[in-house]
Amino acid sequence: MTQSVVIQVGQCGNQIGCCFWDLALREHAAVNQKAIYDEAISSFFRNVDTRVVGDGGSISRGKICSLKARAVLIDMEEGVVNEILQGPLRDVFDSKQLITDISGSGNNWAVGHKVFGSLYQEQILEKLRKSAEHCDCLQCFFIIHSMGGGTGSGLGTFLLKVLEDEFPEVYRFVTSVYPSGEDDVITSPYNSMLAMKELNEHADCVLPIDNQSLFDIISKIDLMVNSGKLGTTIKPKSLVTSSVGAFKKRQEKPFDAMNNIVANLLLNLTSSARFEGSLNMDLNEISMNLVPFPQLHYLVSSLTPLYTLADVNIPSRRLDQMFSDAFSKDHQLIRADPKHSLYLACALMVRGNVQISDLRRNIERLKPSLRFVSWNQEGWKTSLCSVPPVGHSHSLLALANNTCVKPTFIELRERFTRLYRKRAHLHHYLQIEGMEESCFTEAMSSLSALIQEYNQLDATKSMPAEELPRLSVAV
Amino acid sequence: MSIVTVQLGQCGNQIGFEVFDALFSDSHCPQGLCSKRENEAYQASCKERFFSEEENGVPIARAVLVDMEPKVINQTLSKAAHSGRWKYGQHSCFCQKQGSGNNWAYGYSVHGPRHEDSIMNLIQKEVEKCDSLNGFFIIMSMAGGTGSGLGAFVTQNLQDQYSSPLKMNQIIWPYGTGEVIVQNYNSILTLSHLYRSSDALLVHENDAVHKICAKLMNIKQISFRDINQVLAHQLGSVFQPTYSGEGSFHYRRNPLGIDWQVRPPLSRLPTLGKMSLNKEFHFNTSIANLVILRGKDVHSAELGAFKDPALYTSWLEPVHAFSVWKTQRAFSKYEKSAALVSNSQFLVKPLDMIVGKAWNMFASKAYIHQYTKFGIEEEDFLDSFTLLEQVIASYCNLGF
Repeated sequence: MTQSVVIQVGQCGNQIGCCFWDLALREHAAVNQKAIYDEAISSFFRNVDTRVVGDGGSISRGKICSLKARAVLIDMEEGVVNEILQGPLRDVFDSKQLITDISGSGNNWAVGHKVFGSLYQEQILEKLRKSAEHCDCLQCFFIIHSMGGGTGSGLGTFLLKVLEDEFPEVYRFVTSVYPSGEDDVITSPYNSMLAMKELNEHADCVLPIDNQSLFDIISKIDLMVNSGKLGTTIKPKSLVTSSVGAFKKRQEKPFDAMNNIVANLLLNLTSSARFEGSLNMDLNEISMNLVPFPQLHYLVSSLTPLYTLADVNIPSRRLDQMFSDAFSKDHQLIRADPKHSLYLACALMVRGNVQISDLRRNIERLKPSLRFVSWNQEGWKTSLCSVPPVGHSHSLLALANNTCVKPTFIELRERFTRLYRKRAHLHHYLQIEGMEESCFTEAMSSLSALIQEYNQLDATKSMPAEELPRLSVAV
Repeated sequence: MSIVTVQLGQCGNQIGFEVFDALFSDSHCPQGLCSKRENEAYQASCKERFFSEEENGVPIARAVLVDMEPKVINQTLSKAAHSGRWKYGQHSCFCQKQGSGNNWAYGYSVHGPRHEDSIMNLIQKEVEKCDSLNGFFIIMSMAGGTGSGLGAFVTQNLQDQYSSPLKMNQIIWPYGTGEVIVQNYNSILTLSHLYRSSDALLVHENDAVHKICAKLMNIKQISFRDINQVLAHQLGSVFQPTYSGEGSFHYRRNPLGIDWQVRPPLSRLPTLGKMSLNKEFHFNTSIANLVILRGKDVHSAELGAFKDPALYTSWLEPVHAFSVWKTQRAFSKYEKSAALVSNSQFLVKPLDMIVGKAWNMFASKAYIHQYTKFGIEEEDFLDSFTLLEQVIASYCNLGF
């Protein structure tokens, strides 16, 4: 069994990270009733004897003593991390695995990347090495950050290069929150563009998220909860947006509901690696199957169900509905239109009491309405994990490598161009040591090249699949 | 004569468990429909083949379990142990922490050499427990990374190290519509390598077995467990003991002793262009058929239809191509049962499809970087395509 380390950077990254650890504990508590430290829980947590001072406290098996998250928390302001360390999760984090500063990055990628990057490089390396040492077999780094600000965007992407150099064999999965159109950070297009170049070059796999989609999901749920329709009582723990404390809407912080959705994404992504099932899917299989060419590693994710209704009977029609929902725009974590674009590859990760025949029936049913690239007409990767998420009897995470991400990137390029043309706010960046205009132009070309790749694939959409001549051999 | 089973990867281990369970259940089945003495001979023969001497009364499967990540092996070991009726050897498994990531190249070029010694040692230990080794039964899938890549590597090693015992690979043909996106690449690489080192490839297609579950057995929600149990049932009915000769009452000691070596005529075969696969076949042309009958009335069964020359290729006499094995001992509570093992053109279409899809993907170079990363180059792919096109062409030509 392998381990993963979560690196949460910046305000957004740490808030999502916090929700993730909360839900991870809840999930393992539900599965692991006897509180034995097993391999599943070791994938994200260490078991530590807190009486031992220093580093020697790790316990590899037996009863759970004290769980410590395999996490590194990085923020250039203290507010968020301090709040976490005073909150209910304070004992889950190892106080030595934090890197904080006080001044913040001022929503400036250059400050995050260049200034804090060089300032904290040694410390970062040290914390990462420590966390790797605590792992028997480290397989993956999960980086959580936002693209629009300064720390998550700048320092978060600085990290990628460090990870690639220091741990070349370990996967880098990045969960990136992209700014929406109405973002209040004026320089977010600059930050996002500069960060994109790093993601293009140093990430193995990127799961783009946008706040608007998360917000829409919440609205949909609220509608359901407040509709008062007969038979619509929702099981509290089953909300994809709920924290451990279920329905306490007032007490929850405003972004908690949205962050919980992302946290659930990460839990479902790793479920088949942690828990048993009849068709397992490890994290290295995600990259192998969903990334046909190194640059095209952006995956659109969608999660279902968003909630489970309290009435117990779940006819198989409901199960099929889950598959249909996964391909509906309402359940996506980024605004995009995969059905009208081209699929390069698609993964279906199912949890709970679902069998291979259910999977096959639904693939057959949904296939005709989806367009796959000519060289991957049956490009489906599937997995069946026996353990459902808390509060559900089954769930589905769909990951699609689809050209529908192109509009997001085009829009980003347009917003960037509008600012850059007027050279607005550019001096804040250029005055940072190591920053030049070429940083911006290179980032632009990197993104344009990526968009061009998607364009070329889209161009093949309308072409008929040609029968390539096969090798002729002498018998 | 004993068979050592090597179970590789998730698929291999899940199926392996069901096979041993089916073999054990059948051999201890009370309704053998035969005399007590005969039943005992059957049981003893089965035990010699598949299980080794028990300590405290529980038979131990003659098997080596290999997987590059621990979850499935742990499950398999505990399922066997919990049954209380048979189990796997305590030290018969080899496990790593991080799987092969559905990457044939990783299974073959990284895991293979890295763990070669450990795995071959385990197999050697199992071989030493046998009084006389008849052969190896290697269970693996083609679509993933461990069963396929590491399986090909291990089979090659077995050929180098044990040249005379038979090496038979049970390969699982994946569903046509994706279990794994790179399954066609993994499949062609596996098949081309196995062709060079295996003696016999026993094929089961997931699609076909799935249909059996749906149409013949009317199972509503089909799980992999259902599929594996059907498979195990089929394999059991082939591998359980049968009489060694007409009228003899001793169970044959050589369970895998089918002479699969087919020698085409030395005279020049007519040269043909690539035959269109759309041509209607009336029969699947065979080069060898084996019928296995178990239960009531086996000696009076009418098998003339199997000797029809129309079933076989023009350069073979039915008498050389057709064999039958029998036993009065019923299999698994079925009063009468029959199994057919066939070396024929049945696999041409599925093979052609896989090669076609892999070729199509290869032309776009999609996913190739994942393989070249671990030392499998485009040339290796081309070699595999060439070999398999030759296999397809050879089988197609049987029809003339």
